[in-house]
Amino acid sequence: MFEALTLQLGYNAVLVTLGSTALGVAAGAVGAFLYLRKRALVSDAISHATLPGLALAFLVMVGFGGDGRFLPGLMLGSALSAWAGLYAVSWITRKTRLPEDAAIGAVLSVFFGFGIVLLTVIQTMQSGRQAGLEGFLLGSTAGMLRSDALVIAAGGAIVLGATILLRRPMLMTAFDEGYAQVQGLNTARIDMALMVLVLAVTVVGLKIVGLILIVAMLIIPAVAARFWTENASRVAQLAALFGGMSGYIGAALSATAPDLPTGPIIVLVSFTLFALSLLLAPSRGVLASALRHRQLQHEVHLRQGLLALAHGQPVYESLTQRMLRSRGLMRADGVPTDKGRNAAAQALLDENRWQALRRIETLSSLAVRDDGLTRIGDVLTPDQVKLLDARLSPQGAA
Amino acid sequence: MTAVELATDNGQMVSENLTGSPLALRGVTVSYGSEPVVFSVDMTIEAGTMTAIIGPNGAGKSTLLKAALGIIKPLAGRVTTWGGSLDSQRARIAYVPQRASIDWDFPTQVRDVVMMGLFRELGLLRRVRAKHHAKVMECLTRVGMQDFADRQIGQLSGGQQQRVFLARALAQEADLYLLDEPFAGVDAATEAAIITVLKELRNEGKTVVAVHHDLSTVEDYFDRVFLINRRRMGEGSVEAAFTQDALHATYGGRLGDGLIARAG
Repeated sequence: MFEALTLQLGYNAVLVTLGSTALGVAAGAVGAFLYLRKRALVSDAISHATLPGLALAFLVMVGFGGDGRFLPGLMLGSALSAWAGLYAVSWITRKTRLPEDAAIGAVLSVFFGFGIVLLTVIQTMQSGRQAGLEGFLLGSTAGMLRSDALVIAAGGAIVLGATILLRRPMLMTAFDEGYAQVQGLNTARIDMALMVLVLAVTVVGLKIVGLILIVAMLIIPAVAARFWTENASRVAQLAALFGGMSGYIGAALSATAPDLPTGPIIVLVSFTLFALSLLLAPSRGVLASALRHRQLQHEVHLRQGLLALAHGQPVYESLTQRMLRSRGLMRADGVPTDKGRNAAAQALLDENRWQALRRIETLSSLAVRDDGLTRIGDVLTPDQVKLLDARLSPQGAA
Repeated sequence: MTAVELATDNGQMVSENLTGSPLALRGVTVSYGSEPVVFSVDMTIEAGTMTAIIGPNGAGKSTLLKAALGIIKPLAGRVTTWGGSLDSQRARIAYVPQRASIDWDFPTQVRDVVMMGLFRELGLLRRVRAKHHAKVMECLTRVGMQDFADRQIGQLSGGQQQRVFLARALAQEADLYLLDEPFAGVDAATEAAIITVLKELRNEGKTVVAVHHDLSTVEDYFDRVFLINRRRMGEGSVEAAFTQDALHATYGGRLGDGLIARAG
């Protein structure tokens, strides 16, 4: 394991690991913008639409007597057919009343089905049997060449550079399309550029993760990153980091044992990062929000319990009883302690002050802050509280 | 590019000089589907004034604004800004969209939103410098939001969100400000803050155009009105064009009765 992570497992493993890392960084960064633009599903259509182009490119190259597995040729073919698929989706969305998700569903399955038919045809050919084109479905790194790794690394670098160059217009378009247009941005062209970047990542990633799993590399790092920050640029940076980590660790892990598939392991690593983010992220994470909810619930029960004590009403809810008892505010038989009586009086006073505040014109706009838990001292200055108490005294504070 | 060719009633073409008008529409028709939402509208905004675009729901107010800004492509007609094409004058035009059109869970902070107003200055790659940060804070201070610079936008109240959008428009240092229902769903304090800033802009010689809903505040807030109900129903100074007759024609029925004290 240590040898794998420090790139000491042999030539092929090093190539695969470096290629996967480059791909992961690029996919994470581009995916973040795709996710922020709320077009995540489009990547599914693009990736599935690569298959017929891949098969046709193989046939053409074999037909001209060349090597059918020449990677740049296969990438070009996939890119062309993915472009056709993308065009079909946007044409259907523009010209009909079908929503984009329906158009994506239709295009994706038709292109993929056609691609599978072509693959079957290739299988029956003499030169097709050793082609191993089905490796592009889920990725296959076993026979990766130095030139393949270079193509992948260069492609990743170009995509990353273009993403950095276009980050401002892409973010403005994602956040507020109308405003971006008024600023003179051609948002249709910017969306198109984003699609080209997604397409490029897909094609670059064919060899390593395959066309079915590339969607995971685009989207999972972005949604994992979203848990950690409220800043769009940070989301993109973190997504690139998570993507790169997944690519590196996943490829290294898959090299530790024979026959471990690289692409799926990369996706599992990136899922692990996602799961950790979902659970542990400080403000948007599941644990943090569960804790916040519990805390709020306790505060509410405590407050309601104190108000019940102040009004001399019995406390029935067991959570409320526990809250009051554990804080020494109420005895086991339900009678308030001295401390409890004081706290209850304080809570009631606060409640009455909030009521009084609504009747004072200069302060009444602050009534929106009255959520039942906020103490009046947190909203008003001591002088203002005195003003309130002056209003309260004629009616007699409880 | 300083004149607009127009056909008069008898079919003759005439030229009109519109360089003095920050925004002029001639024969603008907009349609989303089979029928026009805005039909053949002429509008001439005067420089250094505040104009309210008013009309009933669905009358095409927001659509007209979007067509004026090039967000929607009109089916027919033309839009000029200071007599020239919209694209040549982008830097001079600031836009405050409707709050409802935004995803408020988007991961962005108040400071970043206002920074978008500096896009034309920053371009693709220029570094954000201290003077840009200072500009952002200055604009936030002007709308009373300087203490909220690092908040996520979803944590703001509706009125605060609207003020941030106004700050973004201010950052542009534009000459023409177009606002889509800036007072919709905001608290009284925000409404007062926004109108103060808008009047300051007007007093500096800038031009303000706002889609407006509340007829009772038109006279206090604006100098000019543009009435629309799919067609142009009236245009001019508040005294001349914001009359009971015009409101009846625009809204139908008896709406507006008792609203205009001086009309009695």
